[in-house]
Amino acid sequence: MTDQPAFAAALMDPAQTAPAHLLNPFGGPAGKRFDVYRNNVAVSLTEALETGFPTVRKLVGAEFFRAMAGVFLRANPPEDPRLMLYGAKFPGFLARFDPVRHLPYLPDAARLDLGLRQSYHAADAPPFDTRGLDPAAVMALRPRLAPATLVLSSRFPVFSIWRANAEAHAPRPGTAPEDVLIARKGFDPAPHLLPPGGLTLARALKGRLTLAEAMARTLADHPEADFAALLTLVFTSGALTLHP
Amino acid sequence: MTKATTSFALLGAVAAAVTAHGVTDAQAQEQEKCFGVSLAGENDCAAGPGTTCAGSSSVDYQGNAWTLVPAGTCGDIELPDGRMAATDSELEEAGYIGIARDLPEGVPSDVVAQYISPEALASMADM
Amino acid sequence: MFDTSPQTLPAAAGIGFKSQHFAGLMDAPGPVRWLEIHAENYMGAGGRPLAQLRALAERFPISVHGVGLSIGGDRPLDRDHLARLRHLCDWLNPASFSEHLAWSTHDTGFLNDLLPLPYTAATLARVAEHIDMVQDALGHPMLLENPSTYLAFAESDWSEVDFLAELSRRTGCGLLLDVNNVFVSAVNQGTDPRAYIDAFPMHTVCEIHLGGHDDDADDTGRPLLIDSHGRPVADPVWTLYAETVAQAGPKPTLIEWDTDVPPLPELIAEAGRAAAILTPETVS
Repeated sequence: MTDQPAFAAALMDPAQTAPAHLLNPFGGPAGKRFDVYRNNVAVSLTEALETGFPTVRKLVGAEFFRAMAGVFLRANPPEDPRLMLYGAKFPGFLARFDPVRHLPYLPDAARLDLGLRQSYHAADAPPFDTRGLDPAAVMALRPRLAPATLVLSSRFPVFSIWRANAEAHAPRPGTAPEDVLIARKGFDPAPHLLPPGGLTLARALKGRLTLAEAMARTLADHPEADFAALLTLVFTSGALTLHP
Repeated sequence: MTKATTSFALLGAVAAAVTAHGVTDAQAQEQEKCFGVSLAGENDCAAGPGTTCAGSSSVDYQGNAWTLVPAGTCGDIELPDGRMAATDSELEEAGYIGIARDLPEGVPSDVVAQYISPEALASMADM
Repeated sequence: MFDTSPQTLPAAAGIGFKSQHFAGLMDAPGPVRWLEIHAENYMGAGGRPLAQLRALAERFPISVHGVGLSIGGDRPLDRDHLARLRHLCDWLNPASFSEHLAWSTHDTGFLNDLLPLPYTAATLARVAEHIDMVQDALGHPMLLENPSTYLAFAESDWSEVDFLAELSRRTGCGLLLDVNNVFVSAVNQGTDPRAYIDAFPMHTVCEIHLGGHDDDADDTGRPLLIDSHGRPVADPVWTLYAETVAQAGPKPTLIEWDTDVPPLPELIAEAGRAAAILTPETVS
């Protein structure tokens, strides 16, 4: 039948000539005409990575990013036609790509970019609205993390790195590790610096504990936790829902 | 602190947090606040920019021809030990996953060779 | 969740929906009477894309245009993707579903381009089988679009028009006639676009596409047009479109603009130009 595997292999490898059964309209070899398809694939997937990983792109620069995307997309073309999911393997790729091994925080920066995109497309859930509720009653509830909520733990100051590349006049990142809460208020996901104890609290709520139980567990692990700040963040960021 | 005063302090924290501004349901009409995210990974049916771009050039992705170095804002980021680069052991310590792990399955060996050095490939075979 | 009665696209102008145009379209759509979306962008679990689509569908007939089904592929259709498509169409009840005479997936993944196939008896049988599968899954006929092509296959022994006409005859699918693709392919293949339109089975055409293309050249210096969807519809394509409407009667007509997308007023102006050709009296 047709020779689509050979077509696809030549598409991904510019060193190959176009398959011989591909012609220009005058019966000659396809030549540059085949390059149109090569460019469509390489450029469209590169653009998908550029828009999907803006923090990584800023960190390494546009030219380097494009070249690196060319390596990634040839080894990891999308696994299915939904480009919104493309790049899930990019953090792992960055962790083993020799030319960036002196930038060990890049994979976590990529995970943050990817997390924002996952949050954007996640299922809707009505936010946990605490206004007007009795504090003691709130403590007995079992709020869950909303489907659009992600928590990222990093050995690097990944939130500050994101902020320095996303906002003008943001402070220069330090060196202390940071955890990040990605939460979606309405339809717009945003990363937030997760204070000490936040990771434990999020895990406890994921395990369907009551808020009181989750706070007690967090206090045991993190006696220094500032609960007023932590709870204000999770209550106002859209991170929680009561929906099953 | 006694258990009772701890509980009281936690209740006080909840009381402070519940009075903070809450969240409201979202409207499709609301202006995007994260425009870049909405554009990330959109499918379309347009063709790319003709015959003169990266897809037909072989120098842009061949591993053995890599001369590029990152040129973005990464120079502003300090590593935890106060330096801008790290040794292999420091990278392992800092979470560098390493070449041998997490390799996608089904990648042809010639593609792998484009971005993993032959020495690294040989060392993987020993694992 | 939507009205389940059968919908159809009006024989009027529509545009390809872009999320940045949502508020403007809800406020003042002008001559835009229907919208087309790319199916794959609405296969997430929730968030703004589906919320916008829900609101748009209450106001406009929606055409779902797939770009990833790989109907021209030499391997079986991706059943998971077909199930996602069915899920979207069951939820939305769109006025139309269309896909391309092209392939995009092979064993190592999705290549994100509409790749060409030779026109032979064997490929005809396979594409017909895939169309049957899609129509069985969706429960109604689909539309198949003529591609933009940049090269030819030595083994092709069917003309593209005959190939499409025979597919429609065998499967009952309708055809989506992309007039810009006709022009782009004719220039690239050294053939006559008017002869293509004259020979096309207009009774099967349920939708027309118009879009902009770029100019390039092949190794021999001959013109090579690229289906970029990144600029206004070219004048010779408008002429060809007017001849198509004269021959086929008014058909739902879409303005496609996918790269360097302009502000909404520019798209509305393009839609107005199509509307004026379709039915001059609808332009007030």
